[in-house]
Amino acid sequence: MTDTDARNYWLTNLRYVAVLLAIWATVSFGFGILLVEPLNRIRIGGFQLGFWFAQQGSIYTFVLLIVVYVILMNRLDRRFAMNDREAGQ
Amino acid sequence: MNVGAWTFVMVGASFAIYLGIAVWSRARSTGEFYVAGAKVHPVVNGMATAADWMSAASFISMAGIIAFAGYDGSVYLMGWTGGYVLLALLIAPYLRKFGKYTVPDFVGDRYYSNTARIVAVVCALFVSFTYVAGQMRGVGIVFSRFLGVDITQGVLIGMGIVFTYAVLGGMKGITYTQVAQYCVLIFAYMVPAIFISLQISGTVLPQLGFGSTVADGSGVYLLDRLDGLTTELGFGAYTSGRKTTLDVLAITMALMIGTAGLPHVIVRFFTVKNVRDARSSAGWALAFIAILYTTAPAVAAFARANLLDTVSNKPYATMPAWFSNWETTGLIGFTDHNGDGLIQYTGPLSAVQNELTIDRDIMVLANPEIARLPNWVVGLVAAGGLAAALSTAAGLLLVISTSISHDLLKRVFRPNISERGELLTARVAAGFAVVVAGYFGVNPPGFVAEVVALAFGLAAASFFPAIVLGIFTKRMNTAGAVSGMVAGLLFTVGYIGWFKFLHPELNTVANWWLGISPEGIGAVGMLVNFAVAVVVASRTAPPPMEIQQLVEEIRLPRFAGPGHEVQA
Repeated sequence: MTDTDARNYWLTNLRYVAVLLAIWATVSFGFGILLVEPLNRIRIGGFQLGFWFAQQGSIYTFVLLIVVYVILMNRLDRRFAMNDREAGQ
Repeated sequence: MNVGAWTFVMVGASFAIYLGIAVWSRARSTGEFYVAGAKVHPVVNGMATAADWMSAASFISMAGIIAFAGYDGSVYLMGWTGGYVLLALLIAPYLRKFGKYTVPDFVGDRYYSNTARIVAVVCALFVSFTYVAGQMRGVGIVFSRFLGVDITQGVLIGMGIVFTYAVLGGMKGITYTQVAQYCVLIFAYMVPAIFISLQISGTVLPQLGFGSTVADGSGVYLLDRLDGLTTELGFGAYTSGRKTTLDVLAITMALMIGTAGLPHVIVRFFTVKNVRDARSSAGWALAFIAILYTTAPAVAAFARANLLDTVSNKPYATMPAWFSNWETTGLIGFTDHNGDGLIQYTGPLSAVQNELTIDRDIMVLANPEIARLPNWVVGLVAAGGLAAALSTAAGLLLVISTSISHDLLKRVFRPNISERGELLTARVAAGFAVVVAGYFGVNPPGFVAEVVALAFGLAAASFFPAIVLGIFTKRMNTAGAVSGMVAGLLFTVGYIGWFKFLHPELNTVANWWLGISPEGIGAVGMLVNFAVAVVVASRTAPPPMEIQQLVEEIRLPRFAGPGHEVQA
């Protein structure tokens, strides 16, 4: 692989990480803490929405973020032939 | 069968499984002892990581803390899960590619400095010893409450079990035992939760049940009822917080970053085959953890509602058996101040004097009895609590033994030590660590609760910035990293020490800097570390070419095969 490939791979990775961490911060620090009171005026069943994000929603989102990251990175690895399954053992 | 017999059966059966696994998975090389030969399947590693991470605190204490803190308890839920996103995106894949055995290995090699390595070893040892003392104590409490032996004997039995599989099997034995322990602990957590959810809300899934209506035909939502009850009794509404927003933010962030910087969690990602597996394994770990962590707030709400229904304004004379059982352990206390024979259980905002004290640690253990569940469920919960405590203790003991035999002896003092000599040292160090942990379990230092804040603060203010900067900037050098770690540590230790040890009487919101509690100060320490590291590095020489080359290589997953010798 060339240096440009390595650079592109890394920059794409950084972009994924930046977007996913922005969502990570939004659901936890944003919805669960800073915006908890306005969101609590919205109700879903017995839950006030802000409280739900703080005790349930943020955790589901965290799991989802890692799943998305794994899928994106596996695809990126294939595109740049980074898959290390065969190598190094 | 009675509760005692069932507990004996459940605990005995689970211990027999752990010992069987220990004999089957003995470690024969340092590679197997430190990282299980680096060939653990990602799902297996995810499960082992979940058990490693979820300690006596997660299993026994967390739901109880949330039951009494309500919304404020969210800091633990978000803090102790959100850290895995950081781990998966910023740390695990790169450290796996680096491919050594320990966190101090990475810090020492990346910053080409034995000073940095020793700072890292000291932090790793401190954090691990803090934690392990709490686990052994948890083992002792479960034994004394459910099996009627005294705490010392309970701790000794726990030490014996951990000693067998940690010393024989190293990481390999620990990994497969942790898988069994995860199964035991999650089953033990979910069974009573589902029972209680059905009783209270008529819904199977606790995660949905605590947002449902109460199953008494009134059509009132559980959380609304709880808000009503807690407000009426002067505790403040369950779903709103009493901590300041900035403090909640700081504590959550410190816990998240501390989690991502804990050596016993990071080291689990060295045990998988390659970078791809390290990423997916972090996902599996969080998914397995999330099962318990999304159930805990439901258990908390159910337990609080059940407790208030059972005790509030009820005659003391008609209290059920569990009440007097816990009263004899001193964890429940009742004083009839107004002499009316009723239990007045009220909060700080109420005009009526409170007559009941309840230790929040007993909520999960007492919950099945409060809800009048069958005896076998009570026995199962005891086995689950032990599984949670033992699995975490084992992971920590391994970090301690590796720090001594590998990071200190092999990498600093005696580089020429033979493979057999190193393996023997690792086993002796693990044995020594078990004894020290047991000692602290029997004679708990009074400061255990205080040092937990310190452990997370230290991990957040020291390891996390050093590791992340080491991966994401090629420019970061020894001077920057070491001064950053030292500044972050001094700041955090100073702040916590000032309020927790030197001037505990000043430890109130009014005196805190910007209203940030000692629990949350690690987040600021982390920022101090980052800032100092970047400024110092920009004014000193860049790291040598081969280190910059190393960083390039860590970033690309190709050829992530074991960077160390692994013998089958």
